Amino acid sequence: MSAGLSALALERRRAAWWFLLPAVVAVLLVAGWPLARTIWFSLTDARLDETAAPAFVGLSNYLLLIEDPDWWNAVRNTVVFAVASVTCETLLGLVIALALNERMRGRGMLRAAMLIPWAIPTVVSAQIWGWMLHDQVGVVNQALLALGLVERPLAWTADPDLALWAVVAVDVWKTTPFMTLLILAALQLLPDEIYEAADIDGLGPVGRFFRLTLPLIRPALMVAVIFRTLDALRVFDLMYVLTGNSAATASMSVYARQQLVEFQDIGFGSAAATGLFLIIALATALLLTAGRVRLGAAEGGR
Amino acid sequence: MSARRLRRHIGRVLFVLLMLLIAFYTVFPFYWAIVTSLKSGSALFGAEPWPAHPAWGNYVAVFRDRPFGRNILNSVIVATSVVAVSLCLGATAAFALGRVAFRGRGVLLAAILAVSMFPQVAVLSGLFELIRWLGLYNSLGSLVFSYLIFTLPFTVWVLTTFMREMPRELEEAAVMDGATPWVVLTRVFLPLMGPALATTGLLAFIAAWNEFLFALTFTLTDDMRTVPVAIALISGASSFELPWGRIMAASVIVTVPLILLVLVFQRRIVAGLTAGAVKG
Amino acid sequence: MRAALALFCALITTLPARAEVTLAVSCGAVGIEAQLCREGAETWARETGNRVSMISTPAGATERLALYQQLLAARSPDIDVLQIDVVWPGILARHLVDLSDRLSEGDRAAQFAAMIENDMVDGRLVALPWFTAAGVLYYRRDLLESYGRRVPETWAELTETAQRITDAERAAGHARMWGFVFQARAYEGLTVNALEWVNSHGGGTIVDPEGRITIDNPQAAAALAQAAGWIGTIAPFGVLNYAEEETRAVFQPGNAVFMRNWPYAWPLLNAEDSPVRGKVGVAVLPRGGGPDGRHSATLGGEQLAVSRYSQHPEEAASLVVYLTSRAEQKRRAIAGGLNPTWRDLYDDPEVLAANPFFGALRDTFENAVARPSAATGTHYNQVSAEFRNAVHTVLSGRAEAASTLHRLAARLQRLQRAGGW
Repeated sequence: MSAGLSALALERRRAAWWFLLPAVVAVLLVAGWPLARTIWFSLTDARLDETAAPAFVGLSNYLLLIEDPDWWNAVRNTVVFAVASVTCETLLGLVIALALNERMRGRGMLRAAMLIPWAIPTVVSAQIWGWMLHDQVGVVNQALLALGLVERPLAWTADPDLALWAVVAVDVWKTTPFMTLLILAALQLLPDEIYEAADIDGLGPVGRFFRLTLPLIRPALMVAVIFRTLDALRVFDLMYVLTGNSAATASMSVYARQQLVEFQDIGFGSAAATGLFLIIALATALLLTAGRVRLGAAEGGR
Repeated sequence: MSARRLRRHIGRVLFVLLMLLIAFYTVFPFYWAIVTSLKSGSALFGAEPWPAHPAWGNYVAVFRDRPFGRNILNSVIVATSVVAVSLCLGATAAFALGRVAFRGRGVLLAAILAVSMFPQVAVLSGLFELIRWLGLYNSLGSLVFSYLIFTLPFTVWVLTTFMREMPRELEEAAVMDGATPWVVLTRVFLPLMGPALATTGLLAFIAAWNEFLFALTFTLTDDMRTVPVAIALISGASSFELPWGRIMAASVIVTVPLILLVLVFQRRIVAGLTAGAVKG
Repeated sequence: MRAALALFCALITTLPARAEVTLAVSCGAVGIEAQLCREGAETWARETGNRVSMISTPAGATERLALYQQLLAARSPDIDVLQIDVVWPGILARHLVDLSDRLSEGDRAAQFAAMIENDMVDGRLVALPWFTAAGVLYYRRDLLESYGRRVPETWAELTETAQRITDAERAAGHARMWGFVFQARAYEGLTVNALEWVNSHGGGTIVDPEGRITIDNPQAAAALAQAAGWIGTIAPFGVLNYAEEETRAVFQPGNAVFMRNWPYAWPLLNAEDSPVRGKVGVAVLPRGGGPDGRHSATLGGEQLAVSRYSQHPEEAASLVVYLTSRAEQKRRAIAGGLNPTWRDLYDDPEVLAANPFFGALRDTFENAVARPSAATGTHYNQVSAEFRNAVHTVLSGRAEAASTLHRLAARLQRLQRAGGW
């Protein structure tokens, strides 16, 4: 950086802080108190039904949490769910986005159709699926029986071996559009020349995808994967509506909600919520490292 | 040569089949919701692919029993405001985070992301207190305010990523002409980021449109409810009975505006392609 | 900052208008239940010169409770009168006004004792009974007749009859026939169903009224083992995720011989387009075998309470007394089939004309078994969750009944020591 530029650079830096200020203030205002409160309560014995002021109990809520097999069962369910659903959504999202990026007939309709699942409120779509997966009168089993694919109706949401996968299938249905749209936006920002160059080099479509497209859209893809993973690890309403509090599918959020709301145990429930936060932070750190996302990196440009 | 052409044809057919399969997977449940919304009584428990006697009564009932039109309006107001605020704040922040090198940038990005790592139910009580203290309880303002907790980190991150991808030469040329950072952002970058802005806005819009837990907790009266809560509060003759037909009718009604929105927005998404300057 | 934010938000919203004495009442959402509540409240408002505004809250019990807790913990005056579930008085008691002086001794004696007892918390009457409900057995009268079977008296008889009829019907080509459907999803409804099995075998009520943990006993284990035997034989495996409506979805199209459900299903099963219209009977739930066997039905129902943070507690209490009065409950029983809590209404010819099975099942409603919500107070939800999770494991065949109940008792004891009820 030359001395001549540094005055300009300083001015840019000052401007940058003013640009940041509104968003940072907004985030602090909305999230500061709720988050601080949750972390504080996780260190106390607060209960919704106690009138006395909560007492500080140190880390004992966390020790109880670590000892609870139900919590670890919820962690296992959530991680399996998140890995399975995010993987499927990313692959499916890539395929659909690449297809929608090609010039072909019916592209507009396909794009609108693909977005439908994401547009239906989860509260409702989970219930639609709940009925479609009903073992006796649901359309899924009726269709499978009619096609002769199964001999007798499957208890999709009741069978512990099937329930988690049924939830994954519904989540893939529901959130693949999110992936698709973000990947599509990244694809649309790519200039056409690079492909022209690739045609000259004689790369096939597969080579073109792995050698050119994927590296270029990787930053956007990683952001999409990170946000999907955050959402998947916090999954709540799908499990709750489809299978209630069943242990076979209970996620970490379902567990935390049960402690916080149903059992009125604010202290322990906040510890579970904070534990969930720590697990997500760990997962995000892993993703950032694996995806070689450099947070502090200078502006890219090509 | 002909073998290669054959392979190409087979590939083409397989591709079309795959697309049809995906389209079926995504559209069928919505189709099923429409079918269900046209059934009533015992027909709901059957699985025929199209009702023998389509009953439109469910659609009439949705608007008759509750201020459903008002609920849709509320959702539109809330989702639009949230998207407007998030995009304004997100775009300026993304410019700073994506284009300017300064110490603490990574920490700031990580901190903003951390806000999205707590489960909704854990921040519910804190937000509830905050909203009562601000005097926003049972108003649409409470929802606009609380939805920022999930739309803002998302827009900041996505826009920062896309902002980084902008070619450096464009900015340098503008700076040479004496453009301030504000001008660079609003006149140079934002017009180029059409697809990114449209996509981010659309995703944030739908997230706000579909949110349930905050909307249920921070509003109380029917005239302040948003669509997902209104649908969830549709109940049957007794607390156990679920009026499927009406719930599905309401879902179909609220999904249609979103599909229209996509059709409008997708012109923007495609328009970005030909916006020009990037391709030089 | 605060003012600026409020101003900003005022631009995109309108603040609700408030009149002098307007009571905010939370009862059902829509449908006949809400309609009757609204009519009743509006009649009261006309007579007393006040106003009421109806607040719709979620129909699902857990969601509604969560919303109430949020509002009450914040001491919110936004709701004056609350409709609360039969198991909530203990949980919400400290937020509710004592209504003892609103109901005379005579009027208390004239209502179901179980309901009044249920609403007494530490000597305070925190809510007034509004309507009651209890589990009943729906059966296919036509099928029982054609196979020459009587309405089962014991669970063993039900098992046998269900198996016999299912086998015969399936052999005759009705492949989707099942014997018995009930609610075994991991939610409060499973606690209700399992308590009926356990109690009907003489196995107690999980925690007795004095707060002692009684669930670890052979009768309870026998009851659960029997229920586990139904899964996959007379009941589809899917019942493990059925709530009320999922069971009705099997029974109403004619695919089950027996169904355990609440009285709400009666008018729906006899609706004009119902395939089983006129073919259904209602009976008390069977009893367990052995000397301790008895007919048991779990107590359900709703009460009305007044929030301690109401700005108009006098008017709110008067509205609650009006809505729970004998005359109002009679109107609701006739128009909506909601079970009254006043005893003499079960002899009332008009009520019986509208609900023919009320008379025969009066004992069931009157002697329904309460869940241990009073004994466990604010810990009830936790006890219920532990119990239903244990039952769910047994039903899905992943654990054996006696040892599961033994472990359950140990967990409940830990809970009792830690929280203390």
